[in-house]
Amino acid sequence: MRALRATPTRLRPGLVATLTATAAVLATLAVAAVLLALGGHSPAEAFAALARGAFGSWDRFVSFTLVRATPLLLTGLAVAFAFRARVWNIGAEGQLHAGALAGVAVALALPGAGAVLVLPVTLLAAAAAGALWASVPAAMKTGMGVGEVITTLLMNFVAMFLAQFLVQGPLRESRGVFNQTDEIPAAAHLPAVLPDTWLHAGFLLGILIAVALWLYLTRTPGGFRIRAAGASVRAAEVSGRFSVTPVIWLSFLASGAIAGLAGWIQIAGVTHRMYEGLSPGWGYTAIAVALLARLHPLAVVVTAIVFGALSAGGGAMQREAGVPEVWVRGIEALVILAVLTADRIVQGMARRAAQ
Amino acid sequence: MTDLAALSSFLVSAVGLAVPLALAALGETVSERSGVINIGLEGSVIWGALGGALGALAMGPYWGLAAGALAGGLAALVFAGFAVRLGTDQIITGTAVTIGSLGFTGAVFQSRFGATGLALELPTVPVWEVPLLSRIPVLGPAFFDQAVTAYLAYAMVPLLGWFLFRTRWGLALRAAGESPEAAHAAGVPVVGTRMLAAVFGGLMAGLAGAHLSLVHTGTFAENMSAGKGFIAIAVVVLGRWQPWGVFAAALFFGGAEALQFTLQALDADLPYPLFLALPYVLSLAALAGWFGRSRAPEGLALPWPR
Repeated sequence: MRALRATPTRLRPGLVATLTATAAVLATLAVAAVLLALGGHSPAEAFAALARGAFGSWDRFVSFTLVRATPLLLTGLAVAFAFRARVWNIGAEGQLHAGALAGVAVALALPGAGAVLVLPVTLLAAAAAGALWASVPAAMKTGMGVGEVITTLLMNFVAMFLAQFLVQGPLRESRGVFNQTDEIPAAAHLPAVLPDTWLHAGFLLGILIAVALWLYLTRTPGGFRIRAAGASVRAAEVSGRFSVTPVIWLSFLASGAIAGLAGWIQIAGVTHRMYEGLSPGWGYTAIAVALLARLHPLAVVVTAIVFGALSAGGGAMQREAGVPEVWVRGIEALVILAVLTADRIVQGMARRAAQ
Repeated sequence: MTDLAALSSFLVSAVGLAVPLALAALGETVSERSGVINIGLEGSVIWGALGGALGALAMGPYWGLAAGALAGGLAALVFAGFAVRLGTDQIITGTAVTIGSLGFTGAVFQSRFGATGLALELPTVPVWEVPLLSRIPVLGPAFFDQAVTAYLAYAMVPLLGWFLFRTRWGLALRAAGESPEAAHAAGVPVVGTRMLAAVFGGLMAGLAGAHLSLVHTGTFAENMSAGKGFIAIAVVVLGRWQPWGVFAAALFFGGAEALQFTLQALDADLPYPLFLALPYVLSLAALAGWFGRSRAPEGLALPWPR
């Protein structure tokens, strides 16, 4: 502790980030254990059941944890990339809906086509729709100086109601029983990647995007500009080297495109149709995923799996330890608060050390 | 049904749906005027609904309203403890409070009542018919035949207008929201002011939640806030951070929601999700300046001290 306080700036930033994230997780477990005990549950039993549900067998891990991690991985990357440039995109939920709708609409419009055509075209459509959805707040921020927090939030509701309208009307299944679309043609299904499991190619695509974002951020001039804008918009502009407007646009569009992919990939890989309430709030959980990863794309892979495990283990926790599954939402919130607190503590130590 | 009766029943349900939005949004107006945007408002609403339910079961409906307000205020106190006192990011902290509140209210509800799926029956707050005023044709029954929460919302409009723009405390609060540096230099305790404003917003959102469980439905269900806290934030935007504007915007959002039920009752085959989306689109248009200049407080969402 004393060493950390004396020389925080000399520690490698990656190490500090890993330490704070780990400390946050441990603090969360401790607080969650106390709350569980207060609620009359056995923390040890709850955690054990949760771990069994998430990691208990190869199939539990692959078919549940990794499959549930996939939409969180993609939306987490979307949020992390935007936040890197200080673009507070809390509209991943809406962009996800836009992408899901576009992917389904295109897939249903191409009934006879082969997978070689349908897969790339639907993925592109979903990414484009997500980017389009993000372009409204981007235009309002760069053109009129309207902050993106409220606009991205408002766009989420517009997307949700648009989805409701489409699955109740124009895109409603031909049987006309439920508010959902027809099943997409088999050619639009994402292939499974491991035999005898439900894991689909969307997870691998997510990892590819994570690596691509990491290379872009660390190895290219454009990535440098994003990190510089993220460090300080003022300093970036005063240095006179570049305007932040294109950086903001790129962050919005890329973030929206990745979130759009998340929605369609969930349908193409898992549900095979669109319905109301497709997402249980992935676009919001994504904020916790990105934050715990300290906005690092490769770390998002790890934190998305952690949150996927929470989601996969929640059911087992309810069945085996009698702890309601909704506790998982509470634990997500505790993770966010713990990371934010750990950050403030590290900042405080750095400030004191600098004085 | 005659046209006039249809209009009247539409207005009754529009005002009823607008009341929780108005309560939460008026509270959020004060919070945002002090520089604090509380995305955790949704959390205060759901805690208010649960607190209201538990309070009403223990002590009757009116104490239930008080308990609901208190529960919402406590949720906002947690938010403000992190976002204002500790200085963590307001947006992310608010998101965490919302996610956590939806989870923990569900946990408390299930441990108290079990996950049986049986609807809980709560004592409800009775309607107070205002003499004379409720006789006004069409508008009377809509505005003056409501529960006490509606009259509280009406009273808050001029009260907050006076407080924010005619008192020293209101000036200090707005200064903390426009320019915390200048406010600090002038001796305004920025952190304390923002904490109080955020907690006031939580109390009002809690009352809105208690309205949902004790006036609107007479029951509690998990996630019954259904985005009301988020909508209230849009209402503040559309109302341009002015109490009167916010009240009108709440009526407009309530009207859009009520239209859905009226259209269903008339069996009209209209795309009502698009009506529900309309207020959000108009809020975006308002932010884009289509209805004249509209500006958020300068220091909104910025931490203090930096």
